[in-house]
Amino acid sequence: MAAAPLEVTGLSTTLFTRRGEMKAVDGMSLTVGAGETVALVGESGCGKSLSALSIMRLLPDPPARIVGGEVRLNGRDIVTLSEEAMLDVRGKEIGMIFQDPMSSLNPVATVERQIVEVLTTHTELDRRAARARALELLEQVGMPDAERRLGAYPHQLSGGMCQRVMIAIAIACNPSVLIADEPTTALDVTVQAQVLALLKKLQADSGMAMIFITHDLGVVAETADRVVVMYAGRKVEEATVDDLFERPLHPYTAGLIGATPTPGGERAARLADIPGMVPPLNELPVGCAFAPRCPRAFARCRQEQPQLTEPVAGRKVACFAAERDFE
Amino acid sequence: MSEPLLSLRDVPLLSLRDVHVRFNTAAGVVQAVSGVSLDIATGETLGLVGESGCGKSTLGKAILRLVPLAAGEIRVEGTDIAPLDRERLNEMRRKVQMIFQDPYGSLNPRSTVGRSVAQPLVVAGWKPDAIAERVDTLLGWVGLPADTKQRFPHEFSGGQRQRIGIARALALSPRLIICDEPVSALDVSVRAQVINLLEDLKRQLGMSYLFISHDLSVVEHIADRVAVMYLGSIMEAGGRDQIWRRPQHPYTKALLEAAPVANPKLARTRKRSVLQGELPSPIDPPAGCPFQSRCPMAQERCRLDKPVLRPISTGALAACHFVE
Repeated sequence: MAAAPLEVTGLSTTLFTRRGEMKAVDGMSLTVGAGETVALVGESGCGKSLSALSIMRLLPDPPARIVGGEVRLNGRDIVTLSEEAMLDVRGKEIGMIFQDPMSSLNPVATVERQIVEVLTTHTELDRRAARARALELLEQVGMPDAERRLGAYPHQLSGGMCQRVMIAIAIACNPSVLIADEPTTALDVTVQAQVLALLKKLQADSGMAMIFITHDLGVVAETADRVVVMYAGRKVEEATVDDLFERPLHPYTAGLIGATPTPGGERAARLADIPGMVPPLNELPVGCAFAPRCPRAFARCRQEQPQLTEPVAGRKVACFAAERDFE
Repeated sequence: MSEPLLSLRDVPLLSLRDVHVRFNTAAGVVQAVSGVSLDIATGETLGLVGESGCGKSTLGKAILRLVPLAAGEIRVEGTDIAPLDRERLNEMRRKVQMIFQDPYGSLNPRSTVGRSVAQPLVVAGWKPDAIAERVDTLLGWVGLPADTKQRFPHEFSGGQRQRIGIARALALSPRLIICDEPVSALDVSVRAQVINLLEDLKRQLGMSYLFISHDLSVVEHIADRVAVMYLGSIMEAGGRDQIWRRPQHPYTKALLEAAPVANPKLARTRKRSVLQGELPSPIDPPAGCPFQSRCPMAQERCRLDKPVLRPISTGALAACHFVE
């Protein structure tokens, strides 16, 4: 079997601020195979977007610096690449789309210019060929009335159309990896369904590996093959999507699932909430970061940080209580 | 629209009849709400769902007269609110309060939390001792520590700020709270805390909620009855189970099919047709049925006549020419 397009090992990103050093991403490992979708899940501040931006090397230094780990993109470690070499990697081998397409697009350039720019930067296409390809791409992402929309500016398009343009730009050079950071969070539910269906179709056609960052477990269930759950900068659980929903091992995962209303179910009296909130990165407790909110925490959890283990084949979890269940 | 004669006991807490709200903009007249009728009973939670721009928030604001009413009637406990003078409007606003998506934007950043929560009581002419006691009670109800009073909004997280907003809304014991996307900006675990709090408070205090949200799973959890809005009009309204188990209107069906479900097996097997196109502009809404430009069932008639909301076989109400 060929190597996975994206292999992240022990990635650590620290924020150096006046209030001290914060481990925003702490020993993150992640492998995404061709044609596979891995969802990165967690609440705000858990480090999922910072992990993605670290992989893309898009974080400003200062304050953020990658202090350890490897990001192997098609076999080559990109953490050590020069900034100049990275310019060639981003948009070509790895693409990214964001939550807010309006502010990610250039407001004073037409849709055509923004797509053509990526194509002429990364491919041999001349302007004319690039223009023709831009139209093809817009049609491929299902832009209604694509030919007319080439000349449009972002403010003339709806949020859903802007996201389609972002996707067209991201896939223009057939990247082997696409990172989608909350790509449908700002969209209406019927438009969200359109964009999710589009991403799935594009992936089926091209076989690209996809990282899907979201806080919405419904979107996870609809899109992911595998799920990585993050808390306070660390991976706390990883499983196939079916295993995760059927039997979450980490109490945080179980809490997230319990806190999400299930469709079609009897009307539950109460949602299972998780008390408290995500701690700020500069105030992480000793031991497991989730322990203060955890219904299953015991003495060891407050002294020692649990490491990721594999209690059953194919499942990973960083939790002493979960380890006990399998002893 | 004809109305049956009602005895006083049957007067709903809130009653809307053929409500219209329009805004004049540079681009033309926006028909934000066009002919909405609905009732909310005491102790009931009505979920109002729809996509952005469908008019659900505007309708919520119209109930408090925060936006001008173009036509129609809004009655709170039987009293028409349109002709009320300032003093009587304030009296009505004690009965009906509102909480917002962004509690930070609705709290004065330079005012302590204690002062913000006390504000409605000061306006209502309460004595300082009684106010202090009431503020303590309110903060206790929403699960905030007593020292919250001396602190400022920026010191709190989103979930805590929403609790502060709820405490302030509860100050004068309202009968109805209009909740405009109250949990949309919150993280999953905190969202569950706030939903549980709203349900506990409703049980303890016997209020009603108009719960406005685009999040179908949250509305399914919290609402007794649901109204589905599209482009300023109600497409379907009925009991929670009627709407979720047996949706009849093509838009309701499309909306429910589009909503992601947090169950991977169900997500793979369920029927899911993706609705094409996007919401038309409320400045130049399509003639006839508001949904006809995206409806898979649309016929010639739908482009000519706007269907009225009428009872259908499931016991719900729907505005569609083809629903039985």
